[in-house]
Amino acid sequence: MKNTTLSFILFSIMFLFAGIQLHASDGGGLKIGDVAPDFSLKNIDGNYVSMSDYEDAAGFIIIFSCNHCPFVVAVEDRMIALHERYAPMGWHLIAINPNDPTVVPDDSFEKMIERAQEKNFPFPYVKDVGQKVFPQYGATRTPHVFLLDSDKVVRYIGAIDDNTRDESAVQEKWLENAIARIMRGMDPDPLETRAIGCTIKVQE
Amino acid sequence: MKTIIFLLLFFTSGHLLGLDSITDKLKIEEPEVKVVNFDQLSPYLCPDSDSETTYIVNFFATWCKPCVDELPYFLELHKNYREEGLHFILISLDFPQHLESRLKPFLTENSVTAEVFLLDDPAANDWIPKVDESWSGAIPATIVCRGGKSSFYEKTFHSTDELIELIQPYLNQ
Repeated sequence: MKNTTLSFILFSIMFLFAGIQLHASDGGGLKIGDVAPDFSLKNIDGNYVSMSDYEDAAGFIIIFSCNHCPFVVAVEDRMIALHERYAPMGWHLIAINPNDPTVVPDDSFEKMIERAQEKNFPFPYVKDVGQKVFPQYGATRTPHVFLLDSDKVVRYIGAIDDNTRDESAVQEKWLENAIARIMRGMDPDPLETRAIGCTIKVQE
Repeated sequence: MKTIIFLLLFFTSGHLLGLDSITDKLKIEEPEVKVVNFDQLSPYLCPDSDSETTYIVNFFATWCKPCVDELPYFLELHKNYREEGLHFILISLDFPQHLESRLKPFLTENSVTAEVFLLDDPAANDWIPKVDESWSGAIPATIVCRGGKSSFYEKTFHSTDELIELIQPYLNQ
């Protein structure tokens, strides 16, 4: 009996360690089904933005974005259209700029304000000061979309659609389809997509 | 009058000839870039049948700063190891409309010695995992391969030595 208990404890400890190791090796980013952490990040209007600020949100379209990347510039108008279409339905788009401005001066807070004014961004464009948020999410590039539902559960990760470069040639609107499916109580399909983007710039 | 026409013709043709030789020169110096979709590109990437050559393949764009920063290390590596059978392929993800205005001048300015492709294929979600299952799509990204074996790196390199370390096991195969 004693032996059994001991081996059970040992086994549990081993299992615990194995679990920790597995978690450490996956890079720490969010997976489909994980609950996304909230944040409090400074918006271009000077106010701090958190997901908890939005009462009765249907969900969140978190897009890691920036000023300088041509693949972001190519989707800026689509981001504006997404906000205009989905914010009234309770889906809030928040653009997070994760780049270190000492590495990319074009991504400074001042330049973010400039870009937002040029494009008339109707959504919050916040700075990941200290670069703590993007690693929690596991964002690797800009643009990189994380679609969260009302419980902040990650439901879709990837690209807005199947043609970053050329909106007129888009055949599949992955993000919009994902929202539509969640609204009907279904899982998005596909759950994850990939696209070319700019690396997130950190101090070497 | 005839003399004037003759002189005029003489000078004009001479001028034209001069121009022609300049254009010829430019043509020779212009970097060759193959514009391809992924299906057209894939036979060039690490063919299994070619066990003699070590390939180093770098995905880049002229607008990607870390890509531009690391390119000199790739060029130096290629210069020092091409005799030992290293083949350098540079795959540009620049927008196709910037082929003449940005990519080609960039290649000339940096004396790029690689075999250069412009990958014009918007179906990135399909071809990114074919390059490597682990690739998120961020550039720069690099493959080293030989005869069916390969290593993939989604990272920026900061020295030629770092690259030498990657290719050594492949060169010594």
